[in-house]
Formats: sequence, C-alpha cells, structure tokens
Amino acid sequence: MSTQGEQHGAPHGGTPGSPGDGPPRPGGFPPEGRRLHPVTPWRRAWAPLAGLGALVTQNPERLRDAAELGLVPLLGFTTAVLAVAAAYGFLSWRVTRYRITETELRIRTGLLFRRTAHLRLDRIQSIDITQPLLARVLGVAKLKMDVVGAGSHDELAFVGEAEARELRAELLARAAGIAPEAAPAAGEAPARQLYRVETRTLAWALALLGTGWGALLAALAGIPLMLWLTGSVFAAAVTGLPMAVALWRSSVGGFLTQYGWTVSESPDGLRLDHGLLQKEHATVPPGRVQSVRLVEPLLWRRRGWVRVELEVAGAGHESGLLLPVTTRAECVALLGRLLPRVDIEAAVAAVRPAPRRARWAVPVWWRGYGHGVTEAVFVARHGRLRRVHTLVPHAKVQSVRLTRGPRQQALRLADIHVDHGAGGTATARQMDAGYAAAEVAAQAERSRLGRRAARPDRWLT
Amino acid sequence: MEAVGADGADGADGDGPEEAGQWRRVQPALLTLWRAVLVMWTAPVVLVAALLPVLLGAPEWALPALLPLALAAWGWVVLGRVCRSWRYLERADDLLISRGVMWKQLTVVPYGRMQLVEVTSGPLDRRFSLARLQLHTAAAATDATIPGLAPDEAERLRDRLTELGEARSAGL
Repeated sequence: MSTQGEQHGAPHGGTPGSPGDGPPRPGGFPPEGRRLHPVTPWRRAWAPLAGLGALVTQNPERLRDAAELGLVPLLGFTTAVLAVAAAYGFLSWRVTRYRITETELRIRTGLLFRRTAHLRLDRIQSIDITQPLLARVLGVAKLKMDVVGAGSHDELAFVGEAEARELRAELLARAAGIAPEAAPAAGEAPARQLYRVETRTLAWALALLGTGWGALLAALAGIPLMLWLTGSVFAAAVTGLPMAVALWRSSVGGFLTQYGWTVSESPDGLRLDHGLLQKEHATVPPGRVQSVRLVEPLLWRRRGWVRVELEVAGAGHESGLLLPVTTRAECVALLGRLLPRVDIEAAVAAVRPAPRRARWAVPVWWRGYGHGVTEAVFVARHGRLRRVHTLVPHAKVQSVRLTRGPRQQALRLADIHVDHGAGGTATARQMDAGYAAAEVAAQAERSRLGRRAARPDRWLT
Repeated sequence: MEAVGADGADGADGDGPEEAGQWRRVQPALLTLWRAVLVMWTAPVVLVAALLPVLLGAPEWALPALLPLALAAWGWVVLGRVCRSWRYLERADDLLISRGVMWKQLTVVPYGRMQLVEVTSGPLDRRFSLARLQLHTAAAATDATIPGLAPDEAERLRDRLTELGEARSAGL
C-alpha cells in the first residue's frame, strides 16, 4: 500500500521534462531507480534461522528430538533453510528499488505483493542514519525517513555509508526547497558543532537517575527474597531477569547509546550524532518541532541539569531525545535556535502553580502542577520528584480541550489539554475553573495568531 | 436544524466562552435512539432474571431482577441529561463542541487545523435519520465528534467546515 494515498495516482515522473525522467545525469538516478547495497539480502537470510533456533531452544523436548535426528540431516536441513532464505532475500533485494523524483522519494519493494511507497519530500520531518555494530564493520547504513503517516517499512536498509550521507543531503536539500537541478550538487551542508555532552557529565547524570538505583534496589531485595521463598534458583533467575534488563537499560545501555552525544547546526537543521557501538545520526529540520519537554530529575536539580526531549511530527526519531543532559543555560541557547521566537527562561518563569484547593483532588502531587503562557508558547508543568515542563508553540496547537471530572466540578477545578501535531498532548492539570475557561478561549485565539506568523514548510524558500 | 437559543436553558452553567453566535443542540431523535439501545440491551436481562425464577417455582429469587431494572431507569435519566449536554458552536475561526454532565469536556478546533471532516451514518442512525460528524486534525488526541445531527445539517456543516478549512489552512 502507498503511504501517501493521494500520491498514488500521480502521473509517473511528475511534470514533463523533470530531471528525474530525463537521461540519467552523472550520479543521478536511472529511470528504473537504484538498488540497495548488496549486503542487504544477508540481513534477511539469518532471520528465519534465528526464528527456528528460538523455536527449538524454547522447547527442550524438541531439542532432544532434533539431536536424535543426527548431525547430517540436521546440517542439511539448516543449509536448506538458509538457502531458501538467502534466495528469498536475494530476489526481494533484486526487486527493491528507490529513486528520488522532483517531489517524492519512491521506494518499490515486494516479491509477491508489490508495494510502492511515495514519500513526499516536503513532508519529511527528519532523516536518521543508523549504523548497528555489524553494519559499521561492513560500511553500510540504514536511512530512515520520518514522514507524517509513514510506517516502519519506509526505510532504506542498507545503503553504502557514503551514499547514505549523499542521499540524506539531497533529500534534505530538496525538502528545504533548493532548486532540483542544484540539489544533487548542493551536497552535505556544512555543520558546526554546537554542543557535546562530556563523558564524565553523562556518567554522573546517569548515576544520579532514580530509575537505575530503583532497579538495583529491587534486584538486590527481590532475588534473595525469591530464593528464600521458593528455594529455586530458576524462579529467582526469572524474577531477576527483568530487573537486570531495567538496570542495564538505565545504566550501561543508556551510556552506550548516549555516549558522545553531539549536537551540530547546519542549514538542514540540527544534527544529532551519538552512540559508542551503534552509531546513530539524526537530523531535525527547523520548524518541525511540535513540542519540547524539559525534564529535571530530583537529583539533577542542585546541579542545574536538564534533559531536553523533542516531539516531531511523524514517527518520531529515537525516543525524541535532543540532549541527554545539559545545563539550563546551554539548553536555553540551543532551543533558541530551534524555536527562535521562544524565550525558554520566560516560559518557565511564567508558570503559575495550581490553586491550593487542588490538594483535595490530587493530595501530594498537586504541587507539581502548573501552567503558564508566553507570547509564543503554552507551558504545562507536572511531576514533583521528576519535574517536567512541556512547551508547545502556539503555532503548533491542533486543538484545545477543557475537561472537568465530578470531583473537579465540586472543587471548581479543570484540566486544560493542548493537542499538537506529533500526536501528543500537553496537559495543565487542576487549574482554577474560571481561569481555565478563559485560558482555553484565549489559547484558541493565540494559536490562530501564532499560525499566521509561522514559517512556511519549506524553510529555505 | 433547530437552533436552540444562545447558551440558555438547563445545565449550561456558562463553562463555554460567551460568544456571539448560537449554541446548537443535537437532534432529540438521538436520545430516542440511545434509549432504544438501552432498552434493547437491558430488557432481555430483566425479563430473564424476573421470569426464570418464577417459572422454576422460586418467585422470591426474582427480586434481584430489580437491580438491572433500577440501573436501566437510572441510565434512562442519565442519557437524557447527557444528550441534552451535547452542544456545538460555529465561531468565526473555530468550532466549539461541549458535552458531558459528570465529565464535562469542551473541545476547540480551529478550522485551519482540520485535516478531514467525516460524516458517518450507520443503519440505526439512518432509521432515526441521524448522522455523525467527526473532525480529524493532525493530533490523534483531538476528540471532536458531534453525534445526532440531521443529515442536511451534517452535510451543511461538512461543506462549510471544509470550505473554511481550506481558506484558513495552515501547515503542520
């Protein structure tokens, strides 16, 4: 199926005489499109084998059955599976092609079920390049486009490293509105490093997070308790495993993915590079940011550290993280580039707390709730230990809602919800009802005016 | 297409912004439809609970049948209040939808943000000549539905909203 339904019936090749249809220019696209990197089939070949292995090992009895078969038939069977998978991978690699036309990126895949995805270039929200460890060794990379409404199939895996960079540059240049003839020549836009998270800071920041210690504590208390209660090592291991996973994720795993976090500026937008083993690379074009979250865990506040998360329309890049840890001043400077008309300090200072009677609705945590508005953004605050400020620029507001439950009606309280284009909602909870009603009316007006002042989608035109 | 007077009557305790223009109500046929559905679901339960013990010769066990009956009666009243609480207002730049008695909700959707306007009418809706209008924006959380419109009114609203949406359209 096409991800951009309305594009499906478009005449092949767009307007007559478009460069995409002409004779292939040097380094350009042949009319039938380009193929992915030849290592791609191998990625698919091992998958059924791994599935088979999981199936066998899950059931020990089957493992015994398999062992009784003898080594030769087993090897033969495995080879056959591998051969079939390789053949399938090879054939599907052969039919997969992609090309860039003036307005779209077209990806054609599917051996049995033909699928053509037309991704509109002016709707591209961000482009990520991911390189898992093995791909780094082989010199290939995965290119993932975030387009509103696109699924996970719409990625180019794998293409050569250099090609991935070229493609990203060309796609972003075209998405930005550079003349199509100039786009391939525009090349990689120059980048300037803005900020790099130091390894020491990152390690400290992760060490000061509550989640890691919580998981460790749970593991230290839970595993011996389980052992004592059941006397079975197996049961203890089963309970310990999820805790170990949580511990790994919040400590070592987080460190590995967030290592060397670099933010640089280029005309395409902000570039994010990170990862120790698996290299990842994302580009966030300007003007696509729907919402910003500033997260301040309890133990970070004394140091004035903050984590910055973004929400971008589309599938959303890697967990929406812009910076794993930074100082308040750096965060203000950086966000100033993404949202030029937004004053972060003023926005955070504008937050007014929920009225005191909200403690009857939400006993302890009511203190965390707050709401504020500046000329450019709607701000909602929540969380007591882990304080979170959610900022939505007025121009990005899709709809505004006011809700009141029974208890809130008795206490004259109301929640304000602001829905933005990334599918998320910023909620200012437990506000005074009269204030909230006035705010909702004013918010509708503000987002209308904010949209008028908003920049166009193609940010270089 | 009855335009009920501005924000007057029952329950409208002014939680919507006071504006020029008229809050419109949904069709009373919607209440009839909802109550019909309620009766359709509860009547068999009540009947079985009431008649089965009598037929089996233990009439005192028919008393628990009063519980679903009471619930149905309560539902009858609640549906009336909920149905009357549905209102919508077309303003110059946005559409307001207000609903709910216990859980009140007011939704504001600017015309420029609408991606798609949908009018649906199921077999039961058609039987009562009703239509449901749903607005979609780029935000999945946007919950803007108006049930129980007269088909003409739904079509008029759809055409007007698409027209206004195009005129005021804005990017993401």
